[in-house]
Amino acid sequence: MMNILISAVGGQGALLASRIFASIAIKTDLDIKLSEVHGMSQRGGSVVTQVRMGDKIYSPVIEKGTADFIIAFEELEAARYINWLKDDATLIVNMQQIDPMPIVSGKIKYPSNLIEEFSKLPISLYSVDAVNLAGKAGNTRTANIVLIGLLASLTDISKRVWEEAIVETVPEKFIEENLKAFDLGYKIK
Amino acid sequence: MKKILIGNAAIARGAYENGVTVATAYPGTPSTEITEEISKFDNIDAQWSTNEKVALEIGIGASIAGARTIVSMKHVGLNVAADPFMSISYPGVNAGLVIAVADDPGQHSSQNEQDTRYFGMAAKVPIVEPSDSQECKDFVGAALQISEEFDTPVIIRLTTRVSHSQSFVEIEDRKDIPLKDYDQNPNKYIVAPAVAKKRRILVEDRLRKLEEFAETTELNTLEYNDLKIGVITSGIAYQYSKEVMPEASFLKLGLSYPLPKDKIKEFVNKCDKVYVIEELEPIFEEKIKSWGLDVIGKDVIPTIGELSPAIIRKAIFGKSIEGIQTVFTEEIPNRPPTLCPGCHHRGVFYILKKLKLHVSGDIGCYTLAAFDPLASMDTSICMGASIGMALGFEKARGKDFAKKSLAVIGDSTFLHSGITGLIDVVYNQANTTTIILDNSITGMTGHQDNPSTGYDLKGLAAPRIDFEVLGRSLGIKRIEVVDAYDLDRLEEIIKKEINADGPSLIITKRPCILVKRFDLVKEAFKIDLDKCTNCKICLKIGCPAISFKDEKMQINQLLCVGCGLCAKLCNFDAISGGGE
Repeated sequence: MMNILISAVGGQGALLASRIFASIAIKTDLDIKLSEVHGMSQRGGSVVTQVRMGDKIYSPVIEKGTADFIIAFEELEAARYINWLKDDATLIVNMQQIDPMPIVSGKIKYPSNLIEEFSKLPISLYSVDAVNLAGKAGNTRTANIVLIGLLASLTDISKRVWEEAIVETVPEKFIEENLKAFDLGYKIK
Repeated sequence: MKKILIGNAAIARGAYENGVTVATAYPGTPSTEITEEISKFDNIDAQWSTNEKVALEIGIGASIAGARTIVSMKHVGLNVAADPFMSISYPGVNAGLVIAVADDPGQHSSQNEQDTRYFGMAAKVPIVEPSDSQECKDFVGAALQISEEFDTPVIIRLTTRVSHSQSFVEIEDRKDIPLKDYDQNPNKYIVAPAVAKKRRILVEDRLRKLEEFAETTELNTLEYNDLKIGVITSGIAYQYSKEVMPEASFLKLGLSYPLPKDKIKEFVNKCDKVYVIEELEPIFEEKIKSWGLDVIGKDVIPTIGELSPAIIRKAIFGKSIEGIQTVFTEEIPNRPPTLCPGCHHRGVFYILKKLKLHVSGDIGCYTLAAFDPLASMDTSICMGASIGMALGFEKARGKDFAKKSLAVIGDSTFLHSGITGLIDVVYNQANTTTIILDNSITGMTGHQDNPSTGYDLKGLAAPRIDFEVLGRSLGIKRIEVVDAYDLDRLEEIIKKEINADGPSLIITKRPCILVKRFDLVKEAFKIDLDKCTNCKICLKIGCPAISFKDEKMQINQLLCVGCGLCAKLCNFDAISGGGE
């Protein structure tokens, strides 16, 4: 059983990431359920995708305190869901800060020390400059795949299976840069 | 072959496999993807309708004319379609008629949490409730069969989590289901009292037969395990309960109305303690208790909001799973949805706020202008209400108040149900000023076309309703069309029209920046810090791309879409860009 929570800001590409997991489940003959929120919250709001894989899955949502992994595309969105992690779980956080409206309008400041606070928790923490690595792969929009690459390196599922899933999921003309981005993420560990 | 699908796509697949040939809908989260997915099947005639009432009326016509039909909407859409819905119950159907209604527990994108099961009960129409994507597909087939066998429309009740969760679905071929003969039968379909009184009796008879069917149908499943705890449940609540209590016994109600009384009695008597776990209202619970059976429901299970495994665990066992517990030293700010950078509505609401007007608002992306930082809308109640409500302001407080207030409504919402309000304004000789915010798309639900965009559901060219011509034909003499970003002209027009006697119609035009066909995204704008005086006037439009950070104004180069609205406000010529 593997519970993965992907948190992001609307428009960061979390939905593509979830489609890769669907492909992985078929290849590894696991049951899978994914849950995501559409509609109003997509307008620059906080979005979360939940992925559950295992022999037999009932609930499509992860119970608080039972996530094995959080992949956060943004620092605040990591903090928001941190209590979903179980002890000794893994947090992968993209070191990007996107100011929400209460910060843009000057009502409150962006927390100054989130990464440091994450590092004090009983979890494995990977803070990654995924946008920079994605740029090295040829397209900053592949930051999501860099993060998936890192996650892949922490699972028992073979690298080849992940690569096949990416090839099946992304549009053909973007396959090469996405595979590069995946590889850069995979090597972080 | 198995495929992973969201619930709504599985409903679409179910419609395809089970011979549906007509599909109609008005978009509404969380139901929208059903009809978008159906439109990909060539042998289904799928369309967006102007509203849910028309969508269902088309569905009723198609069914009587012999086509298996699905009509889709969100829960509050059924309020709009309530008249045809309640009225088709007595006559019944010819070919199968299924109404997919998606409830929104937790109010992710809705004004209320109404439970559609009450509607089914009020109309004496059966309800099926899938709990995952496979069931979404299978239950469409079952619902069509029930519809034809029992001569009734059938509701498929979905919820946000079922509609938007993905799980495996076994893909099968489309069944060959021929068009039925047109059922030309005024003694069934003319609901004049002489006919409807006879049908009324048949409806009670139908309900008795459905109750018998509920006892035997495979839609209702029994799982006897440990008898210490029994759970009666339906929909997504089944999946959550099963997760928390895999060892318990379950009676899962796939047919959630009418209920199988004998089956429930037997289940309750066999189990030591029985919980009724329902998302939203205690509908099963109240019925079961009325039979003198001892069950536990809303005493422990919340009525408000979505359920979850954690909520059910806490309710039944009084404890939670403890994972990482942390409190951050600094506050974690919320991330509320906002109007996008480059949004059509930003210029309009900037002016409305500046003029301190009482704004009677409506439902769409622009409802976000009710909140900080634009905070320039007083009311928003239901689809199309803005114009009638503005007239109500005027009726209550007189024509002078009308000169400080107006109605704003989006293009799709206006066509949905604002148009009748505007006719009312003309007919009753009001002063009401109406702004149609025409961004050439149905925005909030994710960019669906509507009768004013010039395209249909399949993306093909369609006739375009012209709001100006429409306004003239209604007899409105004062009509202005203005670019939503031409702030000076917009301000001048609004001031003039609210003060004028008689109804006014202002059409603000500028397409939604996110719609690819308009290709409006330009290079990001930049601030010349030598010219910038930190006056902060550009912050007043509430664009997420502009902020004051490290003692200077900044434009986020990743978020800015180059609309240039901020540059229009700047008095010091400090903002430029957009590749010009």
